[in-house]
Amino acid sequence: MTASLPALWDAGVLEALVAQSASLLTLDNFWLSALLKILLCTVMLMVVSLVGGYLEHKAMGHMQNRTGPMEAGPHGVLQLVADGIKFIQKEDIVPRAADPLVFAVAPGVALVPALLGFLVIPLGPGIWAEDLELGLFYALAIGSVGVLGILMGGWASANKFSLIGGIRAAAQLIAYELPLILAAAAVAIQAGSLSLVDIVESQATMNIFGTPVSMWFVFPQLLGFAIFVTAALAELSRPPFDMPIADSELVFGYMTEYTGIKFAMFLLTEYGGMVFMSALISVLYLGGWQPLPGIGLPGCEAAAGISDCGALGTVLGVGIMMAKIMALIFVMVWLRVAYPRLREDQLQKISWLVLIPLSLANIVVVAIGKVAL
Amino acid sequence: MSYYAQWGSFAVLVVFGILLYTLVMVGNRIFRVNLPHPEKLTTYECGVDAVGTGWAQMNIRYYVFAFLFVIFDVEAIFLFPWARILGNLDADSVISPTFVLIEMFVFIGILVLGLVYAWRKKVLEWE
Repeated sequence: MTASLPALWDAGVLEALVAQSASLLTLDNFWLSALLKILLCTVMLMVVSLVGGYLEHKAMGHMQNRTGPMEAGPHGVLQLVADGIKFIQKEDIVPRAADPLVFAVAPGVALVPALLGFLVIPLGPGIWAEDLELGLFYALAIGSVGVLGILMGGWASANKFSLIGGIRAAAQLIAYELPLILAAAAVAIQAGSLSLVDIVESQATMNIFGTPVSMWFVFPQLLGFAIFVTAALAELSRPPFDMPIADSELVFGYMTEYTGIKFAMFLLTEYGGMVFMSALISVLYLGGWQPLPGIGLPGCEAAAGISDCGALGTVLGVGIMMAKIMALIFVMVWLRVAYPRLREDQLQKISWLVLIPLSLANIVVVAIGKVAL
Repeated sequence: MSYYAQWGSFAVLVVFGILLYTLVMVGNRIFRVNLPHPEKLTTYECGVDAVGTGWAQMNIRYYVFAFLFVIFDVEAIFLFPWARILGNLDADSVISPTFVLIEMFVFIGILVLGLVYAWRKKVLEWE
């Protein structure tokens, strides 16, 4: 049996690979639309992640029987803005032993990929920067560049805590990237596409025995969802997977020597990563901007609606997506408060001996299901 | 939509990201205080003088994990095009879906064998 690429092309299999959905932000003028897209990504990184950070402060506070920030603005809503203003005025200290160039560049190497990730995240009908054909692959690839910044920061600090933290972070991120990728591959099999917009759409119109059914992927792929969320938590170094910055062992891991604005950039990367991962989980498993399984937005023609939902549907779609992101961030904070930190060897064992075999089995089951149905 | 327009906005965003980071650093240079003191530049090690250099020895196990990761990550690159195509195949396709399925299962089987080997060699569990 021969199956060359041109033969597949002639069979019409690869034809769909070049089709993409246009975003509402794409205008005739390239630079104007690029400006709008930059604005979207920057708002996601700079504004939405600050809202997530405020949510963390408040939720943790109330879970620990205290009120959290209360002084800056009503109920402390401006706390993180005030923190930002404080950070930018802080003295810049580079330890004498450190490698000054790598030390200065490292937070940027971590921050820029966090910004780039938002390029492919669809937030509502027609509201996305780019619907890349390789969207899912791009999102996972960009998400793993940030580890380079962490490793650079840990090494350049010339501090034993930083070095151990940086190496731990690298080992953790590569170990948990595999279950993340494998779980996402199972979603790609079921959706039959790597474009994140197509994945959202296919959760509204799934074909089972010839009948279109609206089914969020969390239902058929509950195992994959559990693997993806666990791996995402570990990718973000969030408790209970925060061994790289374990404060009782490593002071603050790779960030020990960082102060002022560079430290703030690492923190912003972490919160941006939380927003990014929550958005990815919503898109892959929780139906993106759909309010409920089987119920579309008002004003949309198709159940999912791509870019013709009208003003009300579009605003509502973005609102629903944001609500899902914030709900997932709340769950991450909840897990942080509820569970103690794992040990480094337990961490590696869970990934290699539990999550990776499970996610491979998940792929096999989903692939058989896809061909059989 | 053209390929170049799509990746063009990616390139613009990369440049913007680098500019943003530079701008923040320059802003910090303008607004920050500067009160140098030699004690501030010492390496932090629980308040006592640092012993030796910070570039200490690392556990060799991390090297093995990195090795395993490369193998599985390359596999993932192979897996995604397959995942993309699988659903578009039917009985009339040039290659049958069952053949594609079994082909990938053989591949995944070999990988699992490698994982089992690493596990039996006790590199995945720390004593």
